[in-house]
Amino acid sequence: MSDLNTQAVERYRNNFLKEVEENVEEGHWVKMCMQCGVCSGSCPFGPHWEHPPQEIFMMIRAGKRDEVLASDSMWMCTSCYNCIVRCPRKLPITHIMHGLANYAHRLGIAPKGQPTREFAKLFWDNMMKKGRVNEMKLTIGHYFRNGIGAGIKEAMAMKDVGLGMLKAKRLNPMELAGGHGLKDLKGFHAMVAKAKEIEDRKKGFVK
Amino acid sequence: MSEMKTAAYICKGCGLGERLDAAQLSKVAQKEGKANLVREHDFLCSAAGVQMIRDDIEKEAVTHVAIAACSRRAKAEAFWFPTVAMARANLREGVIWSQPDTDEAREGTQEMADDYVRMACAEVKRMKLPAGNTETGHNKRLLVVGGGVSGMTAAIEASNTGYQVVLVEKSGSLGGWGARLWKRIPFQEPLKDPVETGVTDMIDRIGADPNIKVYLNATLAKTTGAPGRFAAEIAVESGSVAMEEVGAIVQASGFGTYDIAELPELGGGKSPDVVDQAGLEKLAVEAAARGQPIRRPSDGGEIRTVAFVQCAGQRDDTGRHLPYCSGFCCSTSIKQAMYFKDVNPAVDTVVIYTDLRVPGSGEDFYRSGQEKGVTFTKGKVTGVEPGSKGCTVKFHDLILNDKDAAIQADLVVLATGQVPNSGVNVDIPEEEAAKMEVKPVSILNLDYRQGRDLPQLRHGFTDSHFICFPYETRRTGIYAAGPVRRPMDMAQAVEDATGATLKAIQAVENAELGRAAHPRSGDLSFPSFRRDGCTQCKRCTVECPFGAIDEDEQRYPLFNESRCRRCGTCMGACPVRVISFENYSVDTVGSQIKAVDMPDEFSEKPRILLLACENDAYPALDMAGMNRIQYSAFVRVIPVRCLGSVNTIWITDALNSGYDGVMLMGCKHGDEYQCHFVKGSELANYRMSKIDDTLKQLALETERVATYEVAITDIERVPQLINNYAAKINEIGLSPLKGFA
Ligand code: SF4
Ligand code: SF4
Ligand code: SF4
Repeated sequence: MSDLNTQAVERYRNNFLKEVEENVEEGHWVKMCMQCGVCSGSCPFGPHWEHPPQEIFMMIRAGKRDEVLASDSMWMCTSCYNCIVRCPRKLPITHIMHGLANYAHRLGIAPKGQPTREFAKLFWDNMMKKGRVNEMKLTIGHYFRNGIGAGIKEAMAMKDVGLGMLKAKRLNPMELAGGHGLKDLKGFHAMVAKAKEIEDRKKGFVK
Repeated sequence: MSEMKTAAYICKGCGLGERLDAAQLSKVAQKEGKANLVREHDFLCSAAGVQMIRDDIEKEAVTHVAIAACSRRAKAEAFWFPTVAMARANLREGVIWSQPDTDEAREGTQEMADDYVRMACAEVKRMKLPAGNTETGHNKRLLVVGGGVSGMTAAIEASNTGYQVVLVEKSGSLGGWGARLWKRIPFQEPLKDPVETGVTDMIDRIGADPNIKVYLNATLAKTTGAPGRFAAEIAVESGSVAMEEVGAIVQASGFGTYDIAELPELGGGKSPDVVDQAGLEKLAVEAAARGQPIRRPSDGGEIRTVAFVQCAGQRDDTGRHLPYCSGFCCSTSIKQAMYFKDVNPAVDTVVIYTDLRVPGSGEDFYRSGQEKGVTFTKGKVTGVEPGSKGCTVKFHDLILNDKDAAIQADLVVLATGQVPNSGVNVDIPEEEAAKMEVKPVSILNLDYRQGRDLPQLRHGFTDSHFICFPYETRRTGIYAAGPVRRPMDMAQAVEDATGATLKAIQAVENAELGRAAHPRSGDLSFPSFRRDGCTQCKRCTVECPFGAIDEDEQRYPLFNESRCRRCGTCMGACPVRVISFENYSVDTVGSQIKAVDMPDEFSEKPRILLLACENDAYPALDMAGMNRIQYSAFVRVIPVRCLGSVNTIWITDALNSGYDGVMLMGCKHGDEYQCHFVKGSELANYRMSKIDDTLKQLALETERVATYEVAITDIERVPQLINNYAAKINEIGLSPLKGFA
């Protein structure tokens, strides 16, 4: 993966804006930001981000490649779409945030252990197994990501919610044993593989 | 005019009949107002009511009409009797609408109305119907000073409207700065790319226009006269002198650029690779002539990165450079960045700005710049260091808060601002100006007593009422257009010149009819002075905000009617009170002051005189009435043309005749003035600051005279001020001078 990163660095030299435009979803919008700061002010998580969206766009234009791609800021986006609704320049900010996160992930330089990223990976792997999300396994996998001790603690803390869901038949304990999947799992995998192939081609990640 | 016959009309409509005792008002008009004819009407502004007045004028030979109805600002069309002198008693907005409809209030309300009827009757008798002087000059040609885009626009617009133009240009060709641009900022759709300037077209049109006479290499050696009869002595470089007579003048003398040598810290004057925006236009024109891209000036090298430094020597708070924003330079930098991007998108163009200001349709152009890949970086440039190949631009990145950000640029463009070309500052005495390092050169060379050029407000831009009358300078008939008035871009200059030209046309047309120009457009009255009383103190000639008064050979004031705006500031200034208008004089106001019935010292009914500027304070009071906002019934309001027209005799007269207090309400003054007559309220304030001595002489408290700055929007504040003042008077007690009058 990291040779992908080296390649990208080689290819774009210090033109990070161009790199973003060509590789990041909706990246061609970055140049249109007028630095008003409305997005950062609108983001419910803005104050907690190391670099709120406005700043990220400026950093991209200033060529701060490593700081941006290694940042955990865009991983904090909850897709609330507040910023998109308000941006006077109509930038699809949310999509750019996810695009940047995704690009950093694929280059292998996204922050290690970043919780959103870890959960996203867990979710993806879980879904890929049977073609649908197994909630029991996903929850347990998530609770026990930091080992047995921490897992029990976390599970105990959430037990009332869990029991309530069981009662309401929102959680099926039987799913722990294997769980059910899609009818045409093979077809599903083929479909995802094709989509990935198309996207890789589009973003220049051909192996 | 035949013998004076006065008539008073009492309206009973709009609730006046119910709230007031009309019979009592009629009695007052007859007995105290001594009106020859008094009539009541249920609905005076109706066709029948108006016809009644008209009939009296025609059949009864009424010459002076006092209308006791609504405010003089209402029903002006209905009560339009141009052949008689007229006064209005404001019983509606000023009395019944501003007083509570209660039994306790009835007496005070009626007293108010009675007084206003007395005042209107007294006033109208002192008024004469203004005749207007139609002999002030009939010339309708326009003189345009300056042949840049503003001046050329003025000339073309005037000619299109059917007026002849004399265009005087200092340099050897028309076009000004506009002719030196490679392209201009687009001013109509699609607003995406720089466009042709169109200057050559304008020059050609002027050349082919028989209505426009052009003098090149020419300046004004002397300008004399007034609207309708200006005479300009035009000195041509060759040594010849031409005389031209014109009716009005448009001054479009433009701007100079701020010298980049003043900005060594930004590399100004230190390297050919640091240029100002004008310098870049020159490079672009030269490159286009060669058919090549712009090259690095120092060594002809290829340009890969260009940095644009915004606000270079502008918006400066250190006092060393221009303190203002020139308004055009952000868009210009975007345009110039496109000069590079449009030829080769691989060239990096970085605009370093603190606030990108793109007025007008500039937002679209800015967006186009972004689409073309111009980089906009919010930062403050701290230094430009020229090196062997290009320069290092150091800046404080304001978004990333990086104090040591830097880029390497082959070419640096400094966005310096416009410095107005407005001639000499008439507020600086000539002797002092003579000692100055750079001697300012006069543009107009007016032979006015108050100086050779248009007065300036701030930073050398010509003074004009920024909110209400932007083109109108402090010299009637002379209109400033373009960047000499305020910094602006080409599109704004075109608009500005068009506006100024139309104003100049109005001025010549008004002068022809003997009418005032703005803000008292159409007014036929003008000031005259009684020569035998004049002590030649020169106060009027000094204080007239519009330079209307010169001096004759015997050193008496010489009024130029068509330069006069009819503000009355001269009348307020005159210590011996010899200046007056036919329908507005020391006497018309003084007689109203004295007409008020003064209750004795035991009545516990104070009387407060309020002299209110008719442009702002009086309308605010009317609107307070419309909104039924109540104020003290002890106040008697007299509208004045401008606070500047208030003669201190009115104040002393009022105090002597037993008023307990005098309030003056005028417009805001100072640099951010809103006074319609520019200096009127300022002068009034100055005069009132000296009134304390008079008060002391009369052994009165200084609170008995109070001056306020109010705006037309102070609808709630004005009644509040009155009530507070009434409370204050209550506190200090009634005037000890009551009963001695
Ligand atoms: S709201 Fe839009 S234009 Fe404003 S800073 Fe955010 S992305 Fe930029
Ligand atoms: S969509 Fe993401 S970046 Fe935008 S406001 Fe919501 S959390 Fe913030
Ligand atoms: S002070 Fe006013 S009224 Fe008097 S001459 Fe000047 S402009 Fe006219």
